[in-house]
Amino acid sequence: MTAVSARSTLARREARRFHLFVSPWVIGFVLFSAGPILGAVVLSFMDWNLLKPPTWVGLANYERMLNDPEFWESIENTVQYGLGSVALGVSFTFLLALLLNQPLRFQGLFRTVMYLPSVVSGLATALLWLNILHPDYGLINKVLASVGIEGPGWLASQEWAIPGLVLMSVWGAGNTIVIYLAGLQGIPKTLYEAAEIDGAGWWRRFWSVTVPMMSPVIFFNVVTGFIAALQSYVLILVMTEGGPGNATMVLGLYIYRHAFVYFDMGYAATLSWAMFVLVIAVTAIQFGLARRWVHYEFK
Amino acid sequence: MLVETAVKPARSPRTGGKPLSSEQAERVRRIRRSGAYILLAISSAVFLLPFLWMVTTSLKSDAENLAFPPQWLPDSFNFDNYAKGWSGSLPFTRFLMNTIVITALSMAGNLVSCILPAYAFARLRARAAGFMFAALLATMMIPREITLVPKFVMFSKLGWVDTYLPLVVPEFFGVALYIFLLRQFFTTIPQELIDAARIDGASELRILWSVMLPLAKPAIAAICLFSFVGNWNQYLENSIYLRSMEKITLAQGLGMFNGQYVTQYNQMMAVALVSMLPILVIFFLAQKTFIRGVTLTGIAGR
Repeated sequence: MTAVSARSTLARREARRFHLFVSPWVIGFVLFSAGPILGAVVLSFMDWNLLKPPTWVGLANYERMLNDPEFWESIENTVQYGLGSVALGVSFTFLLALLLNQPLRFQGLFRTVMYLPSVVSGLATALLWLNILHPDYGLINKVLASVGIEGPGWLASQEWAIPGLVLMSVWGAGNTIVIYLAGLQGIPKTLYEAAEIDGAGWWRRFWSVTVPMMSPVIFFNVVTGFIAALQSYVLILVMTEGGPGNATMVLGLYIYRHAFVYFDMGYAATLSWAMFVLVIAVTAIQFGLARRWVHYEFK
Repeated sequence: MLVETAVKPARSPRTGGKPLSSEQAERVRRIRRSGAYILLAISSAVFLLPFLWMVTTSLKSDAENLAFPPQWLPDSFNFDNYAKGWSGSLPFTRFLMNTIVITALSMAGNLVSCILPAYAFARLRARAAGFMFAALLATMMIPREITLVPKFVMFSKLGWVDTYLPLVVPEFFGVALYIFLLRQFFTTIPQELIDAARIDGASELRILWSVMLPLAKPAIAAICLFSFVGNWNQYLENSIYLRSMEKITLAQGLGMFNGQYVTQYNQMMAVALVSMLPILVIFFLAQKTFIRGVTLTGIAGR
């Protein structure tokens, strides 16, 4: 046997193993997801209000969407909210995770406290933040007033409603902290020791060891953060219902409104595919940029 | 940034990395440590707010619940909201048992079905790998709401409505988010370790079990936590598939509160707090694996 054919036999065996190992997910996808996804595609070509049987309308829903000014407005709001909450969330939680990784006393307690907001009931979260962000007697504006700054109207103002929601989203990002903490444990200590012997200070160690070694994990948080942010609507529904005006009408909320308020299931399906395309586009950009900054041990 | 500084001897930047006298080093360390404590205390206060809000709400009287603007602290502590809420007209103990069964089965399913695909995506080469990974990610991007109706039609044709099957069985076939997460962690494990194991004649499963999994323990703990919380708090799907009172879960029971006693947030928050306790216990256990040094002791001298 020549070396080349030996290698190709090995490669074939590796590929066979790959297919065997991923088969649970593939089987599950075919059984439980493929059908409903196809159903949702078909639905987007239909007119259906749940009461009468659906009728085929061809591309009418798609045409309507492209000429729907509220749809384009919701895309703009969604992207704004997504960029804001991911940028602030990913960086702020990273700093928190570094802090929570220090061998301090009450470490477990501090970590549990930071995780709390992500498990408390959605209703409590909404009620609390309506109070915190209230223009007159809310906590934030009271603190700002005490240092002589007049706070914005937050959820009552067209410009400040989305920044208000972004603040809220960062505070509930306990899962992101958990993923960072798990990732920090995988950085070999020896790398820090080597860097220190070379005379690197903490800033240098942070940029040359922590960040590159954590890059696959940061990348995960950025990608999944965008996916979640671009789809989110439940808290926004409770807090602002899309207002004031259409200032917080994100795409998820717009879909929800058409599906479960107007019972326009066909159009809701069409809007959902638009959301899918938006999320895919954003994720593709992420993967394109990742080649420049994400460091993998295995290529 | 306090990376590492708390555990290593402090050094002044001005002396070019030369060790300080032990007295100076001790002072620098103490300043840094108290800085960390102050930062943590401030952020903890902010993060503790929602929880405190729930606690005070759960202790309010019915009249204080309706007060506007809302009152932060109740005048007296009404602890009986807990008993009234838990053993009122809804059988919460039954709901708790149901939730435990569904969560335990789903968690087990998630674990066994995510590890193998994650390893394959991280470390095995195949021509279809890139395409399949893209497909895996794509399934995360389809809004859940839109497959809800077709999924319900499918499961009702199978006769699975009002059973635990539609909630539990799909959990045994991998969750894209967890596979992606675990794959990212598997990619950070040094290739030399795997090559060494291969040279020793270890099989692929052996490598996964004795090299990868021990090193990915924090990630496995994170997945256990997410799976637990996700299933424990699952409201939407549970209320679509579970109908009869003896089968429904805690999250659904809390939702019913909302309809039954429109304004009784105090009892609702009391029950919500009780149903949160197991999550906090699981979190506390999971975060214990997030201690540096435990997981990588095997590769000193790398």
